[in-house]
Amino acid sequence: MSVAGEGKAPSRRIRVLIAKPGLNSHDRGAKVVARALRDAGMEVIYTGLRQTPEQIVETAVQEDVDVIGLSILSGAHMTWVPRVIELMKEKGIFGEVLLLVGGIIPEDDIKALKEMGVDEVFGPGTSTEEIVKFIREHVRRG
Amino acid sequence: MRAELVNAIVGGVLKGEKRAIARAISLVEDGASEAEAILSALGPHVGKAHVVGITGATGSGKSTLIHKLILAYRRRGRKVGVVAVDPTSPFTGGAFLGDRVRMQDVTLDGGVFIRSMATRESIGGIADATEGAVRILDAAGYDIILVETVGAGQLDVGVAGIAHTVVLVLAPGLGDEIQAIKAGIMEIADIFVVNKADRPGADQTVADIMSALEMEDYGPASWRPPIVKTVALTGEGIDELIEQIERHKRYLAEKGIRFSEKKVRALLVEALRRAIMSDLLPMIVRSAKFDGAVKMIMSGRLTVGAGADLLLAPLKKFLRGSHGEA
Repeated sequence: MSVAGEGKAPSRRIRVLIAKPGLNSHDRGAKVVARALRDAGMEVIYTGLRQTPEQIVETAVQEDVDVIGLSILSGAHMTWVPRVIELMKEKGIFGEVLLLVGGIIPEDDIKALKEMGVDEVFGPGTSTEEIVKFIREHVRRG
Repeated sequence: MRAELVNAIVGGVLKGEKRAIARAISLVEDGASEAEAILSALGPHVGKAHVVGITGATGSGKSTLIHKLILAYRRRGRKVGVVAVDPTSPFTGGAFLGDRVRMQDVTLDGGVFIRSMATRESIGGIADATEGAVRILDAAGYDIILVETVGAGQLDVGVAGIAHTVVLVLAPGLGDEIQAIKAGIMEIADIFVVNKADRPGADQTVADIMSALEMEDYGPASWRPPIVKTVALTGEGIDELIEQIERHKRYLAEKGIRFSEKKVRALLVEALRRAIMSDLLPMIVRSAKFDGAVKMIMSGRLTVGAGADLLLAPLKKFLRGSHGEA
């Protein structure tokens, strides 16, 4: 029987979950980011709209991702993000998996989110190159 | 290799811990040094699951069908693992894995584990990684493992070789049915599904498959692939599909085999064809005899066809000898 990995060089890829919590149904921004990350050689797991924090974190566990990217345009980031962090801690992936937030977030909230444990917040003007660069530099598993 | 990591992961997988299962699959997928040790430690716990390959062209409705199969199996009290394989971009090495979109409402079900995988470098590579993932889910106690691949256009040897039951999903109007027949993929299907059966042309698709099957020779005791009409969106036909999968499982059990003969023959032919092209042909081309034949053809002493026969003659003789034939 052939054994996986036999005679092959390890082929680690950065895996990213792009999720959209909440009821807002615009996912164009999320898709643009997803495509950019794919084009940068990453494996992007896309789950569609209206995810609950529970679904997002469970998906991150099963897919063993390196990065969770939350796209939040509804203004409800101060509700969703703490819950996602709480669940990440519960599942033991907080601190191991990068947590990124994209969307329109007021300056004060950005500070609060980072204090909570969000690794970076990307506003509407962010280029996809910046996001790719940030992930490459900060991903925690080699 | 990190022995502690291996032990922790193997222990976690056997307890059915999702994080351990997920990590194990990643290590296998990445070709990490721990992969072999993990798989061999899980070995004694593998073999209880029934593995069902779900293959078909993009747009045939595989993901929706799988979602409905998950729900139906869960109602029957079975634990379901899913490995959804999508292609890696050959240009960037990245992949967009979107099969979960249609399966989100089962994410939190403790009896369901879904993993998206990209094909990465090679077809052969994904066969190994998929096989590894399937073994891990089997050891973790999943009763049914559904492996989703895009594959109506090509003979997906690796994945079909892992699945005990291969379900080929076709849909009217995609034109893939004709392509499937041409590509010789008919032989690897244990069950045909005509999805989107409420659409015009569904009966024609069924008729096309039937007429293709009529060309095949099925003995009275051999498995004749049934055709199931489904409308995955509404769940129509799902119970019948499960019944046919169960029937195929019973057939294999009664025969005491893991895979049906027709499929194995087709897969072995395809695997040989690839091996001949990738291994044997270059060996012949690199040989001194090949250069000799080239010179003889150049000087007009030999035709190209006769040259090829000459180069293959020792091999043919050897194969005839090993058959014990004259």
